[in-house]
Amino acid sequence: MLNFSRWAVTAILLPLVIGILCAVPSFLPDTAVERLPSFMQTRVNLGLDLSGGSHLLLEASTQDVAKQRLVNMEEQVRTELRRGSPRIAIGDISSRDGKLSFMVRDPSQVDAAVERVRPLTQGAGLTGQRDFNVEVVNSSTIVITPTNAGIDNAVKSAMEVATEVIRKRIDEMGTREPTIQQQGGNRIVVQVPGLQNPKALKDLLGQTAKLEFKLVDTAANPSEVAQGRAPVGSEVLPYLDNPSGVPVIAVKRQVMVSGEDLTDATQGYDQNNQPIVNIRFNGSGGRKFGQVTSQNVNRPFAIILDGKVLSAPNINEPILGGSAQISGNFTVESANQLAIALRSGKLPVALTVVEERTVGPQLGADSIRAGLMASIIAVVAVAVFMFVSYGRFGMYANLAVAINVLVILGVMGMLGATLTLPGIAGFVLTIGTAVDANVLIYERIREERRRGRNVVQAIEFGYKEASRTIFEANVTHAIAGGIMLALGSGPVKGFAIVLLIGIATSVFTAVTFTRLLASRWLRAKRPTEIVI
Amino acid sequence: MKLLKLVPDHTNIGFVKLRHWAFALTALLTVLAVGTTAYRGLNLGVDFVGGLMIEARFPQAVETDRVRSTIAALDVGESSLQQFGDPNTVQIRLPLPEQGGAGAANAIVEKTRNAMTAQFPGVTFSRYDTVSGKVSGELIQNGVLAVLLAVIGIAVFSWFRYEWQFGVSTFVAIMHDLLMTLGFFAVTQLEFDLNIVAAVLTIVGYSINDKMVIDDRIRENMRKYRKMDMKALIDLSVNETLPRTVMTSVTIMLALGALLFFGGHVLRGFTAAMMLGIVVGTYSSVYVSSSLLITLGLSPQVSERKAAKTNIADRAERTGPRDDGARP
Repeated sequence: MLNFSRWAVTAILLPLVIGILCAVPSFLPDTAVERLPSFMQTRVNLGLDLSGGSHLLLEASTQDVAKQRLVNMEEQVRTELRRGSPRIAIGDISSRDGKLSFMVRDPSQVDAAVERVRPLTQGAGLTGQRDFNVEVVNSSTIVITPTNAGIDNAVKSAMEVATEVIRKRIDEMGTREPTIQQQGGNRIVVQVPGLQNPKALKDLLGQTAKLEFKLVDTAANPSEVAQGRAPVGSEVLPYLDNPSGVPVIAVKRQVMVSGEDLTDATQGYDQNNQPIVNIRFNGSGGRKFGQVTSQNVNRPFAIILDGKVLSAPNINEPILGGSAQISGNFTVESANQLAIALRSGKLPVALTVVEERTVGPQLGADSIRAGLMASIIAVVAVAVFMFVSYGRFGMYANLAVAINVLVILGVMGMLGATLTLPGIAGFVLTIGTAVDANVLIYERIREERRRGRNVVQAIEFGYKEASRTIFEANVTHAIAGGIMLALGSGPVKGFAIVLLIGIATSVFTAVTFTRLLASRWLRAKRPTEIVI
Repeated sequence: MKLLKLVPDHTNIGFVKLRHWAFALTALLTVLAVGTTAYRGLNLGVDFVGGLMIEARFPQAVETDRVRSTIAALDVGESSLQQFGDPNTVQIRLPLPEQGGAGAANAIVEKTRNAMTAQFPGVTFSRYDTVSGKVSGELIQNGVLAVLLAVIGIAVFSWFRYEWQFGVSTFVAIMHDLLMTLGFFAVTQLEFDLNIVAAVLTIVGYSINDKMVIDDRIRENMRKYRKMDMKALIDLSVNETLPRTVMTSVTIMLALGALLFFGGHVLRGFTAAMMLGIVVGTYSSVYVSSSLLITLGLSPQVSERKAAKTNIADRAERTGPRDDGARP
């Protein structure tokens, strides 16, 4: 068992060499790495706690999605029944308790109404599941209830769109290598390394960026508007910068043009050098905008963002040609942010930050330095101790540990795993425990020597008997690591990754690699006595 | 060359003899730890209770009282301050506003930043954490679940692998390690956050490593010396593995010591937890889990039956003739 065939030697050394080579790029500066072949460019990612940056967990309200769908459905039903032919007159339509209900005025039209409404409620999926159930109660009231499957689908697709919109927005900010991932049913994790200003990021992601242009209802009674009451067909919206001093304004419910018709948005300046956002509409948006502005010259219209009025300029002349300006009380920064948000489209659902972790680049750099320092000191201390305790064999163990550290880095690079601060702790601990396997073996060899076995036999038995124990111990350790990886979040996961990789590599280097070294030495020197 | 030996050859300490004392001491310490945890509670970080954490770094040493009064003047809720090893860094914890979501949390961060910058020129903010109550609840749940499942998984593994007594004794010993660690955090009031959960899981992993090595030796000796009295056998096994136990503990302590002194303040609680865990884990391996096997009535005959059930080649290797006598 101390004899290794040429093949065995290759099989042992090759993975180690590959592992070490994979670790090399992690130590090189960026410019040097770029010149390496692409398969050599894998490096260990540094976690945000080491590189500095922000981790945000955003959560969408599923209730919002459900509510929004109901509002859309209301609009569709209205159009289908009132404007379609033959016209079906309906009474008050209301969406309360998550249901949409309305009365058909002429009872003989109830069946026809159900027929017309039903196609609207069909799910888009192929499963044949309905998104809504339609039923008739009290012979003339139709109730439309969303099904759970329908809501789930809607949330799912909303989250997909939201993830995409967020990706666009963050790319627009010019940050490098962001991670944007959906997590669970209604959450999105955003990780942006090296970020200096997390507030701007949060502001940008917190904006739904739903842009609408609506006409101002000039006929509304100002004192009623101030109390929050608007005439039929109009609504009262907050308008903080209202020159009249009242922070609200009445606008028509009907949307002239919305953000969906935008093709581009950029930050610019108006004639007074105030920051504004220039927007361009697509063909149909431009036509609609031109049409409405032609008909309403000298009347004000409101620019509404996320339900708040930004400004309400007068239409001095018809705005043709498909471009317009959004004025508001902007700074260059906020105008730029709005431009980015508008370019990347509106979020289908509002997102709130439920978890934020931001680490300044300075602290990150300090942590790396401290971690490196600790690792080096740990390696040196352990190495000296091992040498003092086991002599030549201690050096074998040290060599194994050194290779082990490199191979862990290499494997992490290959897997694209992220090194975090607890990961460094895991590393240091791995250095401590990696020698455990060797300690087991060497203590066993000492024991066998005391029992009177000759050198070769003692070493052979030492490895053989200890290997079983090492295996048992590491399997159980790996169980703990696996559970950490599966259930843990954040630091627990970062730690578990290093731990698991460390367990696998340390067993290999500590048992197989040192045995190879020992056998080479035995064959070369054929010692009759060993110092261990 | 003379090599260092921490444990002299032929060490023979009667661990089993001491087991009743050890059990009493262990039980007492465990009760104390649980009592302290229940009475004083843990200093849970924002990971687990939700809230807002800002880490401020001052150009020179700063009195926490001044920081406290600066923040108290802002009316942003009750703050709790913690100073790390170096007197230049202060961690400020604030409750999260109940309404207003992300915007309100942002506002508090801004407000605190501005007030601090005005009061202490040159201050920098190196870290913010904001965790909402909902997320922190899930983090607690997952953390506790991870620890419990790890312990149960390990106990089940050693039960299937060996006799049930090993599973039980390992489980008891690890629970002891966990409770002692909790007690340590209750006594020191060091912040208990997600990092610490990782540390606790490591302790579990290390402790199990330790116990497996001893258990494995006990099992081996049970096959080798079938007639030997169980108490003597366990003493023999623990003593035989003692050099390894001590050596490994020392190397890990060296590594953790480096981490404690040079690893930076962020990892300090983490490292302290692990160091304590190593001590506790080693103690419980030597004094608790192996001695407990006797109380649980483990006997070599049980192992005999189990060995017979496993494959023959395996048995032949372990029980076949071997010269264990001391040859000159």
